[in-house]
Amino acid sequence: MSTNAWLPLLILWSSLVPGLIIFSLDESRQRLRTALNLIGAITKLLLVAGLIWGVYRELLFEFRWTLAPGLDFVLHADALSVLFVSLSTLLWLVTTIYAIGYLEHSPDRSRFFGFFSLCVTATVGLAMAGNLFTFVIFYEALTLATYPLVAHKGTPEAIRGARIYLGYTLAGGVLLLTGAVWLRTLAGPLDFAQGGILGDIPGLDPDALRWIFLLLVAGLGVKAALFPLHGWLPRAMVAPAPVSALLHAVAVVKAGAFGIVRVVYDVYGVEFSGELGVLMPLGALAAFTIIYGSVRALSQDHLKKRLAYSTVSQVSYIALGATILGPLATIGGLVHLVHQGVMKITLFFAAGNYAETLGVHRVSEMNGVGRRMPVTTAAFTVAALGMIGLPPVAGFFSKWYLGLGALEAGAGAWVIPVLLASSALNAAYFLPILYRAWFLPAGPWPLENHTHHRGETRPSLQWPPMVTAALAVLVGTFAAAPFSPLEWVELIATREYR
Amino acid sequence: MSSLLVLIATLPLMTALACLLHPRGGDQLSLVASMIQLVASVLLVTELPSRSSLSHALGGWAPGLGIALGADPLAGWLVLLCALVQFATTLYARFYFCDSQARYRLWPLWWLLASALYALLLSGDLFNLYVTLELLGLSAAALCTVGAAKAEALEAALRYLLLGLIGSLLYLAGVALVYAEYGTLDVSALRTLISSSPASLASLVLLSSGLMIKCALVPLHFWLPAAHSSAPAPVSAVLSALVVKVAFYLLLRLWFELFTPVVTSAFATLIGLLGAIAVIWGSWQAFRATRLKLLAAYSTLSQMGYLFMFVPIVMALPEGDTRQFAYGALLLLAVSHGIAKAALFMGIGSLQQHLGHDEIDRLGGSARKLPVTLFAISLAGVALVGLPPSGAFLAKWALISSSLVSGQWWWMLVTLVGTLLAAAYLVRVLGAAFAPTAAAEPALPTCRLALQQPALLLAVLATFGLGFAASPVWDTLSLSPPEVQR
Repeated sequence: MSTNAWLPLLILWSSLVPGLIIFSLDESRQRLRTALNLIGAITKLLLVAGLIWGVYRELLFEFRWTLAPGLDFVLHADALSVLFVSLSTLLWLVTTIYAIGYLEHSPDRSRFFGFFSLCVTATVGLAMAGNLFTFVIFYEALTLATYPLVAHKGTPEAIRGARIYLGYTLAGGVLLLTGAVWLRTLAGPLDFAQGGILGDIPGLDPDALRWIFLLLVAGLGVKAALFPLHGWLPRAMVAPAPVSALLHAVAVVKAGAFGIVRVVYDVYGVEFSGELGVLMPLGALAAFTIIYGSVRALSQDHLKKRLAYSTVSQVSYIALGATILGPLATIGGLVHLVHQGVMKITLFFAAGNYAETLGVHRVSEMNGVGRRMPVTTAAFTVAALGMIGLPPVAGFFSKWYLGLGALEAGAGAWVIPVLLASSALNAAYFLPILYRAWFLPAGPWPLENHTHHRGETRPSLQWPPMVTAALAVLVGTFAAAPFSPLEWVELIATREYR
Repeated sequence: MSSLLVLIATLPLMTALACLLHPRGGDQLSLVASMIQLVASVLLVTELPSRSSLSHALGGWAPGLGIALGADPLAGWLVLLCALVQFATTLYARFYFCDSQARYRLWPLWWLLASALYALLLSGDLFNLYVTLELLGLSAAALCTVGAAKAEALEAALRYLLLGLIGSLLYLAGVALVYAEYGTLDVSALRTLISSSPASLASLVLLSSGLMIKCALVPLHFWLPAAHSSAPAPVSAVLSALVVKVAFYLLLRLWFELFTPVVTSAFATLIGLLGAIAVIWGSWQAFRATRLKLLAAYSTLSQMGYLFMFVPIVMALPEGDTRQFAYGALLLLAVSHGIAKAALFMGIGSLQQHLGHDEIDRLGGSARKLPVTLFAISLAGVALVGLPPSGAFLAKWALISSSLVSGQWWWMLVTLVGTLLAAAYLVRVLGAAFAPTAAAEPALPTCRLALQQPALLLAVLATFGLGFAASPVWDTLSLSPPEVQR
């Protein structure tokens, strides 16, 4: 096996370098900025395709650089990182196109796209982090890169939302840091390894390990919006729609969930965590968050807030999957990382289109939007049905495998009711929206944006939700095809339980 | 090699004289001198044979009688820090003081301060160190008044001067006690002589308290916020980044090399406790500050506190890799804070010149008008809070890890709380700067890029440079006294 250090670095640079150049660009250089964004995104996509192929062939991709004695900066690509890297790279491309259209003619775009690129750089770095130390670096970097995006509008409301976001995530970062340092002093360098590393080290104090697990999960749970650490997410919806898409589907929330998966599978090891008895409480918390988020979503009239609580609920499926022992539950949880991302980004794109084109922000204002904006609403409908779990949209498969995994592990008695209740609640908060949008007579729109385009809205806003909705159907329909997310996750699960 | 030492020690003094004699050439002279100094310091650090030291006796007089210059890796890294900050602030000061009359007054004092800094770092004799301390205090206080017409600035400078004098006098009393007890003031000779005795303890207390005034450890800090916040920005940068650091450097030498038999763990814990109070209290005051410069000055207080918190931790660790790790992190934190704080002060200075004030609540719209400066301030903030990928992050990781390894987990708690507070006060600034312009503010001219660049340079260095290329600090540094001098 040969080691390739360059590919992970190039993948990182493909968004870092355009981002840094964009910062220095004058506001008026719109074409150059767009070109840089797209070149970066497409280059990254091509590089990631190479990475997928390489990891499939079990080639070794690793970059190692010593920062301090015993502290190595490691980029390492394994099957799990590839899953997250390809998700965020693909969705970044779509989101960038959407953001270019969404922010047309608005100020401070160089700053926005600069931080946008840094944000994706941090996410990809986090996905490829080869040890807990590197993970912490990118986890914090992600916090820093998203803060200016949430505060982007500069209104007092946006700045307050951003401050709350930063307060939560920095506090979470401190907890994560504490756990990581503590674990480092007990167990040495924490290079991630499939199957876990702690189970093989003799003489570790199990109580200390439980405390450390609590610290790590609490730190990660802030970004993953686990109850009671989710408070920032609904408030961060003041950000522009592309940023919400980024927070909910591409980067931030996913980073937390991904971190929990890493800690459970590749640091503690799922079997060893089971022996420590830390999985059961985490699973119960995740199950509670699933129900809690859905219940809260029911009563939200603000569309983006309803979607935000829906994210709180949906992301916990990933944590739930990680806590159930057995390959099927692993598959269900991990594949939801991708499925939820694709579906949720569609919903946020659509919400952004309603707000941008018609000034519609609330569910109660959505009567008849389906007739005014059929394409966007069709995409919204597909994604919403997927969230409920209707086949063949992607969301169905996550729930199916989670349920099977729970049965296999003997946890069916409590997991299946949670899944069913959650589906019912999802239906209860999505179906009324669909009903309003398609069947009720159209009311006057709060602020119709009369522009010279021929379609229902600008093409750069109309295409992204169509593409992601189609993707959500495709990954569901062709779930058994080679290199589909589901197939890839099965590869991860076989390597994990080898 | 030893000629490098002579060059570094004497070039600033010669530049000071040249600027005094030839005021019109001051700008060019200063620029050239700071460049030479930077190159010489880089050479010094790269050529310092690792884990040993260099020395040179001026004029061939033996140490004890003549003036000896010496450098080990600890001094070498601090010389490099001084040269770097001096280079950036010299560039900056050239554009900060638009009035050439002010620059004529600035440069001789500026280089006098520099010569005191370098002489302090390179000399190995307690009395010579006293002379450099005195020179440092005088030139620093005088610099505070350059270009300032406000009475409060003069008052703060005067108070700074007086307290500096008191500090030096306490130090001098300690030196006298050491001389009475051991009959020599040469540091390398004293290293093996000093033993635990009441006189040693008394001189340790005197020397330490004198220096602690100079690096503003709580409760001897009260002069710092006023002095550092009322001085012109380039001077504040040097005061906060370098002047307090070199006083701390002397304390390190005293505690870890000279007075090791006398420094007990109770003494070290007391120092750490004072440092912890400084961390929390300084951050809290910075959070409550209404003016940017005051915020930065209080932030210096709290950041110095971290350095003192390292003392009991390093003392408690057994000799070997873990101790080496903590000691290197201590140096890295000092260097990182020096660079980042200089960048912060320079950024604030640009804002202040551009907006005409430095009130945090009225910063609205500055992010759009001075993006380079705001970017520099944010990056400096990252390095000050200790977030990745800065050098301070590595240092804080080491601080937390060492406090766990040494069984003193309470220092970890202080570090974490201090980090969150630091983030809070910096976010306050950024939030204010991102806010839209207040309608009543007049339209402002654009800021010269030359004024904004030095801050960005240092901020990038503190955040990315030290983050990714700091491992040589650990490779060269050694806590045990160098072999050559035994």
